[in-house]
Amino acid sequence: MEVKTKIPLLLEQSIKGRTGYTIAELDVPEVPLQELIPPAYLRVEEPRLPEVSELEVVRYFTGLSRRNHGVDVGFYPLGSCTMKYNPRVHEDMAALAGFSQIHPYQPASTVDGALEMMYELDTYLAEISGLAKSTLQPAAGAHGELAGLLIIKAFHKQNGEDQQRTEMIIPDAAHGTNPASAMMAGFSVRTVVSNKRGGVDLAALKSLLGPKTAGLMLTNPNTLGLFDENIIEIADLVHAAGGLLYYDGANANAILGIVRPGDMGFDIVHFNLHKTFSTPHGGGGPGAGPIVVKQELAPFLPYPIIEKGSNGYALVKPVHSIGRMKSFYGNFGVLVRAYAYIRTHGYPGLRAVSENAVLNANYLMHHLKEYFALPYDRLCMHEFVLSGKWQKKVGVSTLDMAKRMLDYGIHAPTIYFPLIVEEAIMVEPTETESKEVLDHFIFLMQRIAQEAIDSAESFKNAPSMTPVGRLDETRAARERVLRFSTQENS
Amino acid sequence: MQVAKGLLYSKDHEWVKCEGASIKIGITDFAQDKLGDVVFVEVPSLDDQLIQGEPFTVVESVKAVSEIIAPIDGTIVAVNDRLEDSPELINEDCYGQGWIVSVEPQDEEYVDNLMTDQEYEIYLKEV
Repeated sequence: MEVKTKIPLLLEQSIKGRTGYTIAELDVPEVPLQELIPPAYLRVEEPRLPEVSELEVVRYFTGLSRRNHGVDVGFYPLGSCTMKYNPRVHEDMAALAGFSQIHPYQPASTVDGALEMMYELDTYLAEISGLAKSTLQPAAGAHGELAGLLIIKAFHKQNGEDQQRTEMIIPDAAHGTNPASAMMAGFSVRTVVSNKRGGVDLAALKSLLGPKTAGLMLTNPNTLGLFDENIIEIADLVHAAGGLLYYDGANANAILGIVRPGDMGFDIVHFNLHKTFSTPHGGGGPGAGPIVVKQELAPFLPYPIIEKGSNGYALVKPVHSIGRMKSFYGNFGVLVRAYAYIRTHGYPGLRAVSENAVLNANYLMHHLKEYFALPYDRLCMHEFVLSGKWQKKVGVSTLDMAKRMLDYGIHAPTIYFPLIVEEAIMVEPTETESKEVLDHFIFLMQRIAQEAIDSAESFKNAPSMTPVGRLDETRAARERVLRFSTQENS
Repeated sequence: MQVAKGLLYSKDHEWVKCEGASIKIGITDFAQDKLGDVVFVEVPSLDDQLIQGEPFTVVESVKAVSEIIAPIDGTIVAVNDRLEDSPELINEDCYGQGWIVSVEPQDEEYVDNLMTDQEYEIYLKEV
C-alpha cells in the first residue's frame, strides 16, 4: 500500500468542463429560473463543485478508504465505544427488500412485517433491560438521554413538582453527554464524586439528595469499567428522595443476560444499538439510542409507539406523550440489524457476548498492569482504565504513546477520559477479538512501555509510519480553516 | 512546576495577585500543564459576580473543557481581552500575560481561604 503519497482533494483535481455524466436532451419547454424563484433567492455565483470524471471519483474514494482504519482492518480497542466486529449477515437482513424498499409514508397496514419487527425489538429490549416499554426513535445515545430526561421532567410535572425538582445528579466519572443532555433538558447539574473504589461516594450522594432532586444519571459499569456494588442502596436513596434513576447504557456490552438495569432499580434505560447490538459505527452514524422505561412512565413515551391489536400492529400515541423525538420511526436500518443480532444470539448467546467481553478486558488488564499504572486495581467489566503517569514522569505522555500505537497498526484506545484518571488510557477489547490479537496487543504495549524508558525522545516524532505524521491539533483548533480555498483565492 | 512568589493560591489551582484595590486572577503553571494546549478561553463579562468555589468561566484545551473556579467573592472590574485571540498566553505566561480577570473583592477576609506560595508548593506535592 503506497500510503505516503498525498491524495489531492477532488477540488484540486477539478478540470473545467470535465464531467462524469450526460443528461438526456430536454423534451419539455425550458422555463427560465427567474420565473419560478424570486430573484432575491437566486444564486448569482456558480457553486464551486469539483469537475471530475467517474473514474477519478472512484479512485479518489477508494484511495481514501485504503487509508482508513476500522475494525475490518485491525484492532480498535476504543474504550466506551464498543468497536466490535458486526457480523455481515445482519447487513444482509437490513438489505432485505421488505425492510429496505419501504417508505415511511406507506399506510401502516402495508408494512405489517416492519411493524412486527419493531414491536418484537421493543419486547426484547424490555426483557434485556428488565423494564416495560420502549421508544425506538432516538438516533443516538445522547438523543436517548434527552428523551429520558424529558420524560423525567414530564413525570415531575404531572406530580406538580417540576418547578421544585430541577437538579440532576451526575457522577464525576460520567460520559460528557450526561451533563450536556441534562442542561439541554433544562436541569441544573450537581456532580457527585467517586469513592476510592471508583463507585459513587454514598456520603456525597446523600448530601446532594433532597427536595430539589429530579434524578440521578448513572452508567453501571461506569466509565472506569467498574461495577458499582452499591447500586441497590443508591437506587433506594434516590427514590426515597423523590428522584428517578436514568441508566446510561453505553456500557451495556458488559451486562447482557447477566444483570438487568430494571432489577438494579433504574427507571429509564437507553441502549446504544450501534455499540452493543451490531451496527458499524464511528464517523458519525447512523446510530440508534432507544430508551426503555418502567410501566409507570410508559404514558410519557414519544409517539408513535407500536402496539399489537387484534387486526395486526398499530401506531399509537401514548396518553401523556412528550412528543416526537425524531421524524418517522428512528433509524430503521439500525433497528433491523439489532433485531437480527438479538435473534441470532438468543439468551445464551447474548450472555456469552458479555462474558467474553469481560473476560477479554480482565485478561488485558492483568497483563498490562505490570507496565502501566492501574489506579483502580479490582476486577473490571468490559473495559478498564490505565494511567500513563509512570511514563509521563520520564517525559512520554499518554498522547505520545497513543500516537506510537498507530505506527504499530492498531487504533489508539480512548485517552484522557475519564477525567478523574491522570493520563488516562481506556481500553475496551470487546468479545470479538481472539486471544492471539489480545496477546499481540499486550506485546506491543510492553514494547511501548520499554521504549518510553529507553528512548523517550523518539516518541515526539510518532507516528512516522502513517500517511501523515503528528498533526498539530493545537494549531488546527486555534487557526480554524473551515472552507477550502484555492491558491489563487487565498 | 513553577510557583510564583508572593501570590496567593486556591486548591483548584487558581492564583490571586493583589494590585491595590483590585486583584488579578489566573490559573497556575500546574493547571496549565494539566490542561495541555489551551485553544479557547471564554472571556467573562465586566460586572459579573464571582462566588467563591463556583465556576465563573471555561477554558478549552485540546484535551477537555474545564471550568475555572472562583477563588474569592467579588465583582469583575477588568478582563483580559487578549485571550480571545491568543489563548496560548495561558500556556506561555500563566502568571503574567495569561491573567484572566481582575476583581474587586467583596471583603478583605478572602485571603483566609487561600494558600501562600509555600503552602501551595506543599499542597502540590500531595495532589
